[in-house]
Amino acid sequence: MGMKTHRASCVQYRLIVRDVNTLQILQLYTCLDQIQYVEWSSDSLFILCAMYKRGIVQVWSLEQPDWHCKIDEGSAGLVASCWSPDGRHILNTTEFHLRITVWSLCTKSVSYIKYPKACQQGIAFTKDGHYMALAERRDCKDFISLFVCSDWQLLRHFDTETQDLAGIEWAPNGCVLAVWDTCLEYKILLYSLDGRLLSTYRAYEWSLGIKSIAWSPSSQFLAIGSYDEKVRILNHVTWKKITEFEHPPIIANPKIIVYKEVEKSATVETQKLSFPPTRELASSLFSIPSKYDISQVPMSLQYIKPVADRANPRIGIGTLAFSPDNCFLATKNDNTPNAIWIWDIQKLKLFVVLEQLCTVNSFQWDPRQPRLAICTGNSKVYLWSPAGCVSVQVPMEGDFQVLSLCWHSGGDTMALLSKDNFCLCYLEREEVK
Amino acid sequence: MGDWKTITVPAPSSDSKNTSQYTSEKKMSPSSLNMQQVLRLPLPSSKSTHSFFSAFCTEENVEQSISYLNRELTTLGFPSLYAESKGKELNLISILNCMNELLVLQRKNLRAQEDVEMQHLKLGSDMDHLQNCYAKLKEQLEASKREIVGLQERDRQLQCKNRNLHQLLKNEKDEVQKLQNIIASRATQYNHDMKRKEREYNKLKERLHQLVMNKKDKKIAMEVLNYVGRVDGKRGGWRTDKTEARNEEEMYKALLRDYEQCQKQLLVENAELRKVLQQMKKEIISLLPPQKQKPRERSEDGIGPVLSDLEDDVGELNKENMWELSCETVREQLTNSIRNQWRMLKNHVEKLDNQVSRVHSGALTDKDVISREDHELETEKLELEIQHCKEMIKTQQQLLQQQLMSPCDDDTTVLLQDCYLLEERERLQEEWKLFREQKKNFEKERRSFTEAAIRLGLERQAFEEDRGTWLKQQFLSMTCDSKYLENVKTQSATSGSSDQDNHLMNTRSQQKKPRSLSSVPTSAELCQTIQHTPYSSSPCAISNKTTEESKPNQWEEIYREETE
Repeated sequence: MGMKTHRASCVQYRLIVRDVNTLQILQLYTCLDQIQYVEWSSDSLFILCAMYKRGIVQVWSLEQPDWHCKIDEGSAGLVASCWSPDGRHILNTTEFHLRITVWSLCTKSVSYIKYPKACQQGIAFTKDGHYMALAERRDCKDFISLFVCSDWQLLRHFDTETQDLAGIEWAPNGCVLAVWDTCLEYKILLYSLDGRLLSTYRAYEWSLGIKSIAWSPSSQFLAIGSYDEKVRILNHVTWKKITEFEHPPIIANPKIIVYKEVEKSATVETQKLSFPPTRELASSLFSIPSKYDISQVPMSLQYIKPVADRANPRIGIGTLAFSPDNCFLATKNDNTPNAIWIWDIQKLKLFVVLEQLCTVNSFQWDPRQPRLAICTGNSKVYLWSPAGCVSVQVPMEGDFQVLSLCWHSGGDTMALLSKDNFCLCYLEREEVK
Repeated sequence: MGDWKTITVPAPSSDSKNTSQYTSEKKMSPSSLNMQQVLRLPLPSSKSTHSFFSAFCTEENVEQSISYLNRELTTLGFPSLYAESKGKELNLISILNCMNELLVLQRKNLRAQEDVEMQHLKLGSDMDHLQNCYAKLKEQLEASKREIVGLQERDRQLQCKNRNLHQLLKNEKDEVQKLQNIIASRATQYNHDMKRKEREYNKLKERLHQLVMNKKDKKIAMEVLNYVGRVDGKRGGWRTDKTEARNEEEMYKALLRDYEQCQKQLLVENAELRKVLQQMKKEIISLLPPQKQKPRERSEDGIGPVLSDLEDDVGELNKENMWELSCETVREQLTNSIRNQWRMLKNHVEKLDNQVSRVHSGALTDKDVISREDHELETEKLELEIQHCKEMIKTQQQLLQQQLMSPCDDDTTVLLQDCYLLEERERLQEEWKLFREQKKNFEKERRSFTEAAIRLGLERQAFEEDRGTWLKQQFLSMTCDSKYLENVKTQSATSGSSDQDNHLMNTRSQQKKPRSLSSVPTSAELCQTIQHTPYSSSPCAISNKTTEESKPNQWEEIYREETE
């Protein structure tokens, strides 16, 4: 959401740009309709606001507030919009995924890409922004097209041996593309940049397959989370499984540290009570502070057995994330939605388990150091690092439910979002003496 | 009547049974014996019976026998033989009747006897039959018991099999259940996806319908205030084959870069691992006992010659070059040699273990193995030594303390003050002296340098003035007459040694670059003077540039003139 120094937020049809350090409003733009999606360009000079209902995308410039740009998809409709890595092209996905229109801000030209695939992750850009991979589907078969982002030349076009492609993701080194199949079929294919199939991996047949994947920042490992509550790690030399991580509801190994969130018994001193109650007191009455306790192992986690006759069941490893220094992997098993499992990648073993009081909504690693921020839908944000973990109360009056969070790319600031508000959390950097 | 003596006469054995009923204790005369015997004898009349017949009754004892018979018959219930009681006349009819009765009775008895014998035979045969039956039945019983055991065994086996089959059945059922669950979940997923697709299809239909009906088509367009420059500032180019080829090239370059990096990492890792293996090999060799000296004694191992071979190999493989090689043979050699050595080490350790266990069990003491007693003795000795040393240290410390604390005269204390550091202090003082001297020398040199620099500056100034005048003259002479040039040359005077000339050359170069201070003494004042001179003689500088080229030759000539 925010780039180096500014943060954009949208309210209904207005776009507000603030400075990250002071939260002062720098710019205010008004769009034609309710904004559904906002994205900064890669060089932080432009912001695009997409309004799906009207099928319009409006682009604003930070340097020149008077500059404006409006892209109207008209009858084609709009379901998704994003920037290209060079920050000068906008890719609009029209309704029913009929085509992707590439609008250029430099030349005002248009290109069309036909038959894009309507799946979870159909477009993927390499980290250096040179290449784009697009999933397509023609005649009931899946294809992948590789484009050069500088001039949109079609580099490679090949078919994939998937039943129904669910997603694609580039490795951080930009040389390998991971393509995985629908959850009915556990299959992941690895293609090289020039379109050759490097390897195929299938763990098992028939049962529900891959739910989520994550590349390690060094491109050495590929972690695959599946519906059987296991994470399998492939290595980049042989593309074979080197280990699998299980997520049983009972933790028995005494070497694992388990942090359990417990409520601190609120001690309200009668002397300090006053009428009308002060703000701090009111907020403290609304939410009970909590802290982390180290639990004794063996212990069992809260296990939820999902309803068996529903599609996309809430089981299996739903979220995976590597830490930026490639040392840790954080996973969440949807069968135990209150727990986050942190694995040590150097030793390939379970390191820490964090058990929260409520269901974990989202978690994200600090982009600079191995620090994990977690939010569970209450008014607290939780931080874990190898030094320990802490539960922080958001000092807002009333009820502030943290629904999602987002780190600043510099690593010292974090944005906490609730339904109607957001707040910024500044972390002090430790002085190195 | 006579004396009736009972004399039991041994009757023939075959008749004993029959006549046993008739034994009666009666006294009879020997003459009446035969009569009795006649009575007891059976039917078959033999010669003996004849004799017996006649033996009972003879002519002498007719009356007696008749009365005897009468008595007997009457007791048996027959009518009396006498016609009247106590008469001597015999009733013939009654005798005949009696005889008949007796015969009848005899016949009855014989028949009874036959029947009995028959029955006896029958019973005997029945008994035999029954015994046979019993034996047969016993056999049958045994057989059936064995059969039962066999059947029980079979029954047990079948039950076992049954249980296994039940288990298999259960497993199969579980698997079937699991597969059914999977199928069910897949079916729900399929249905869900189908529904989603159907909904989208319906939406598409609606939209298509809308579009077909809708006459006013919303224009698809983009309006932009002005074009935005590209990120890299350049203009966009046309897409040609060249650009396509370039893109392909870029892609392959990126791939190759990645592969090269990967390979480098792997090479580094390989080298490290190889080093580790080499180290391990060396350590293993060092751990193994030195068996090279006595290869013959250790015949059981037979590794003496092998070890010597290995030593040679080790020598070879330890060469630096071999580490770099990554060919198959070297790799194999290395791994094989490590494997062999590891095996040897393992054998050695096992041997040691065996020996230790033997020693513990109190068996023989091997040469190599130090027995426990020796070991204990050694430890005791070492402990004593340690104690001794400790005591020595303590005494020495005490002496030292005494020495330090001992009260001495003031003189000695003054002398002894810091006596331990005396040598070092003297050394330090010497070095201080040296340092001070050097410092003085440096100061002198510096002063001389500054003086020289000042002199130089002054001379330079003078030189500059001279040059200025000379240039003026030359300029004038150039405009007037060339003849005077030579005069001007001779007139111009340049004083100074060759050093100064060099300095001046340097300073000239300095003029070209007024701020460079390459070959100048370190004094700050000197720098300042030199810097000032170019600015002071600026008119000269300007003219300098125009006649630059002619200068060097002219200077050389002047110098030559001077040396002459």
